Formats: sequence, C-alpha cells, structure tokens
Amino acid sequence: MGYLLFQITLFAYFLATAAYMVYFWSQRPEIRTTARGILIGSGLLHTLYMIVRYIEAGHTPLTNHHETVSFFAWSLTWGYLSFHWRYNVRNFGSFVSPLITILMLIATFSSREIMPLPPALKSAWLPVHASIAIMANGFLALAFCGGIMYLLQERELKKKRFGLFYTRLPSLESLDQLNSHCLAVGFPLLTLGIITGSIWAKQAWGTYWQWDPKETWSLITWFLYAALLHQRFTVGWRGRRAAIMAIIGFSAAIFTLWGVTYLLGGVHSYVG
Amino acid sequence: MSAEKIMILGVNHKTAPVEIRERLSFSSDPGTPYRELKIIPGCEEFCFLSTCNRVEVIFVSSTPGETEKKIRNFLFNNSMSYEEAGKYVYLHQGEAAIQHLFRVGASLDSMIVGEPQILGQLKQAYRDASEQDAAGMILNRFMHKAFSVAKRIRTETEIGSSAVSISYAAVELAKKIFGNLKNKIAMLVGAGEMAELAAQHLMNQGVAEVIVANRTFERAVNLARCFNGKPVSLEELIPQLEHVDILISSTGSPDIILHSKDVKPLMRQRRNRPLFLIDIAVPRDLDPKLNDLDNVYLYGIDDLSTIVDINKAERNKEAVHAERIVTEETLKFMLWLGSMEVTPTIVAIREKADVIRKAELEKTLPNLGNLSEKEILAIEKMTSAMMNKILHHPVVYLKKDHSHKDKKVKLALIRKLFNLDPGNSD
Repeated sequence: MGYLLFQITLFAYFLATAAYMVYFWSQRPEIRTTARGILIGSGLLHTLYMIVRYIEAGHTPLTNHHETVSFFAWSLTWGYLSFHWRYNVRNFGSFVSPLITILMLIATFSSREIMPLPPALKSAWLPVHASIAIMANGFLALAFCGGIMYLLQERELKKKRFGLFYTRLPSLESLDQLNSHCLAVGFPLLTLGIITGSIWAKQAWGTYWQWDPKETWSLITWFLYAALLHQRFTVGWRGRRAAIMAIIGFSAAIFTLWGVTYLLGGVHSYVG
Repeated sequence: MSAEKIMILGVNHKTAPVEIRERLSFSSDPGTPYRELKIIPGCEEFCFLSTCNRVEVIFVSSTPGETEKKIRNFLFNNSMSYEEAGKYVYLHQGEAAIQHLFRVGASLDSMIVGEPQILGQLKQAYRDASEQDAAGMILNRFMHKAFSVAKRIRTETEIGSSAVSISYAAVELAKKIFGNLKNKIAMLVGAGEMAELAAQHLMNQGVAEVIVANRTFERAVNLARCFNGKPVSLEELIPQLEHVDILISSTGSPDIILHSKDVKPLMRQRRNRPLFLIDIAVPRDLDPKLNDLDNVYLYGIDDLSTIVDINKAERNKEAVHAERIVTEETLKFMLWLGSMEVTPTIVAIREKADVIRKAELEKTLPNLGNLSEKEILAIEKMTSAMMNKILHHPVVYLKKDHSHKDKKVKLALIRKLFNLDPGNSD
C-alpha cells in the first residue's frame, strides 16, 4: 500500500516537473496553472504517503535514508508552495520542481525496509529535531534555486547576451529578495535544529556537544549562513555574492546530510 | 455621406527625404496651417498632423480633386510644381484613406513599427483641429475611431510590448534589474533628445525623482523643470551617485567623466544597491571598466541597439495580426459612413411625398365647396396616413442591415425609383 502510494507520488512529481518545463519553454499561462495544480496534488499525495508510512512503521518515519530524503522533498514542495502563495517569482517552479524529482528518485533507490527503532532514538525529540533540521534544508534549497536563477540572469545582463533566461527570469531585485526571504525562514530553522539536537544529545548521551562529524558539519553550515546574513545586514552584501554564498551554504548542508554519513561516519550514521 | 469625400494627403519617411519633410512641417508656427487651410474653398473639415517622420493633412471635401490641388500647392508653398510635388506625396481617398489613418494611429506605418509616440502626436493634432474649429462631424468620428483602433491593437497584439526605441530598451533593462522602478532615483547628465526621452519614459514608469546635472547650471535648471526634478552642477556628480539608481549620460565631453575608481568606494556607501549606468554619448562618458564592478551594470548605445534588434523581429510578426484588425475596423467604419447615406435618403423620400400630397390637397380642397375646419383636418390626416403607409415598407427595407455592397446597390435603386436625383438620371 505504502509502496504503491510512493510510486504514484513520484509519477505525479514527474508530471509536475514536465509541465513546468513545458511552461518554461512556451510561457503560456494556462500551462503554468496546470503545473501548479499537479504540484499541489503531488504534495497532497506525498503527505498521505507519509501518514501511511507512520502507521506502517509505528514511529516517526524519519529514521532511515529513504524517509529523510523523502521528507526533504516534501518540505521543499510545501516550502515552495507557501512562498508561491505570498509572492510571485516568475519561473521559480521550473527550477524547484526538478530538484524535488531528483530527491524523490534518490529516495526511490534507497532501502525502504522498516527497521526496528534503535533504543537511542526512542525519544519525543526524534520528530522535533529531525523534522526541523530537514525543513531547514528545504528552505535552504529554495535559496539555492534562487541563487542559481540570480547568477543566470546576472550573467546575461552583464555580458549583454540576451538568450533564454533574460525574458523568462524575474528581475535581479526580486531574486535577491527571494534569497533573503528563504534565508529568513531557513536560518532560524537551522539554528533551532542544532539547538534541539544538542538538548536531545544531553538527554541521550549526557553531553550537549561531542564533535561528532555531523555536528561539526552542521556547525560549519550554520557559520556560512550566519556570515552571509551578517554581511547582508551590516555592509549590505547582496546580489551575486549573496547568491554564491547561498549556493555554497547549501552545498555544505547537503554534505552534512549525505557526505558525512557516507564518508565520515559518527553517532548519526544510523540515519542512512 | 460618401466615403470618397475623405482624403489624406501627406509625405512620410518612405516617400520623401528629410529635407522635403522639414519644409512642410511648419514647426516655427503651428497655427499657420490652420489659418491657411481654413480659407481653401471646399475644405470642409481637416486636421494637420506633423511629426519628424510625417506631415499629413486629413480632410473632408465635396470637391476632393480641386481641394487636394490647392492643399498640395499650399503645403509646398509653390516651391515646386504640382506634378513635381507628386513624386513625394501620397494621396489616399475613401476606404484607402480610412485604412491609412488607422494604420498610422496604430503605429503600423511608423519608421519603427509599434513605437507609441505617434498616437500621442495624432491626438494632439486632433486637439489642435478641434480648438481651431476645423473638425466636424465626420472627422470627429473618424479620429476617435482611429484612437480606439490603435488602443484595440495595443491590447490585442503584442506590438507595443517589446522595446524598439533605444530609450525604451533602457527602461526595459532597468525593470530587469530593479523590478519596480518606484522609489528609484534617476539622474540625467548632459542633454540630448535620446537622453531626455529615456528620462521621460522613466518618469512614466514612476521613478521617485529625476536629478539633472549639466555643465551649465542654468541649462540644468531649465531641463529639471521639464521633469519636475532637481538641478545640480556637474561637480556634484560623484557625491550624488550615492543615492542615484539609474544614470543616463549624454554629455558632449571628449573625455570620460566617470571612472571605475570613483564608483568603487561608493558601492560600499550604497550598501551595494545595484547601479544601472546608461552611456549614450559619443565619444563615451563612462569608463567601460565600470561594468566589471559588482552590482554595477553599464550599457552603451550599441548594447541597447542589440535589444532593439531582437525585439524588432518579434514586432513584425505581431504586425500581421494588427493589419487584420485594421481591415476589420475599416470595414466597420465604411458601414457607418454607409448608414449616414441612408438617413438623408429617407428624409428626401418623405419630403418628396409630402410636397406631392400638399400640392394635390391645394388643388382639390377649393373644389369641394364649404367644408368645416374639422372636415379639412380629417382629409389632411387621411392623406398623411396614406402617405406614411405607402412609404413604410420602402423605409424599412432601406434601414434593414445589409452588407456594405448591398447597401450601395439598394440606395441607388431606391433613389432612382423615387427619382430623388433628377439631375443625374440615366
């Protein structure tokens, strides 16, 4: 049941991405409406899938790789849709939807087996810490997409070669705004994710911080974003530099999620 | 009213070189053409349109041929013979004239297809004509129709959407950088038609303020008045840049007036807010290295031309759609003119019948002896009723909607049937 639902969700995301691609090319508003509709549908299916998964597993489904990546895609989808509801950034969906689909594909190819919960994870902190940390990643991913769009648009404006992106992408100002808004949500979530993790660590292992690779890397990520925000507020860092920083920061966040697990190990390595 | 009474005589960028067009434009005194054209016999209604690319007289005359001759001689001020002037002018009559004016108003006949200024110029010309009492019923309707056709084409096609003039391209780019131009400050350095036009476009987009800098402060003050702006001297250029978002430079200076090293420290003070620099001066005013600074976008005249070229191709595609609208609207206007012919015909039929009725009554009544007032009224009433009943069907038939061509045939038939034009019966 759960598996079938997952497959349908994946297919729906595929459709949404395809529709966004067609829209990007043709720029016909009715296709955009269709694409958004499909994406909302996919998001709802995805929510349903996670509920089913919760019932099947008997605990918060955020303990293995399949579940975390799937939840990451879910936060990205709803993060995007919530932004969409507040402001309109042209063709943002054409950049976000492929990323969602890629995440869903990664989730497909990782083991979906439900394992008994290790004793260390049996805590009320599990859903709190894991969901906040992954939702932070969702918003940071949105800032990443915005950063890429900014760099593409900036390049065409600087080089004065007006190709595919010049007419399709929104103004630099609104892309920069997008960057700052995504971080305004993503950074506090990231901070909260680290704090809740630390409190949980104190309860589970008796110490707030033990320099486990995952902890170290999430701290590095946090510092990167903190530096960006600091510079934005003090000397007005914006535009290209802010976009590049958002991309670097997200790369660090991704490394924290996967790189650490596969390359460095540590106490978080059961999530994988 | 016959469509053939409407005529347009003019020269434009396609038919006449600028030396000829200049001579006809009466730019020194715009009142002259109205004074002179008004006294031309047969020129019942007219409007005089003069822009840098065209000079046209739109007029209504019952003797179009002769009136046209006199107008042409006035336009060329007898500097060349009527036949010689014929090499440069175009003359449209009736349906062709209607189509022509619709195309002009919608900017399909412009040097740059789709540029929006022409509609404003045409409206101004019509305002002048109204003020000078030169526009009548036909021209009022005709001009208003031309405006609404232009508006329809602008909304239904994309002809006005992409930038085609340099100044428009500058505004489009500014929007790609800043998004919304409200609260932005523009600065105009130097003067020149293109720079002023760009500033005007920026004003239309709602920029908060225009600052005008000039080598001579007096000139800056004068120019600033046009834009409701603030005049500054050229020495203040760099300190002012701290607040400015868009700078348009077009001085006659042989040297560069703004260097990269001047702007670099400014960007920190500006908290890296983007700066859009437009250099339309030849030789250049702004250091090309400025474009390498972060958040600074420098565009020269050649860069802007590239955008104009990209957009031109798009426009020509939309023009085809626009031409279809013109054809459709021309037909509608011809129909209106046609209906104008119906009303006088109906009036003429009624008058003719009434004349006959009255004549017959006058002949008959005296022979009837003593009739009371009441009896005479009854006979009058009866004859009127008979007349109305007999004429009822022909009038209904005339008023009925038919195609444009049918209407002409119908009118001719009815007029012949009732012998309304005894002069030219065949």
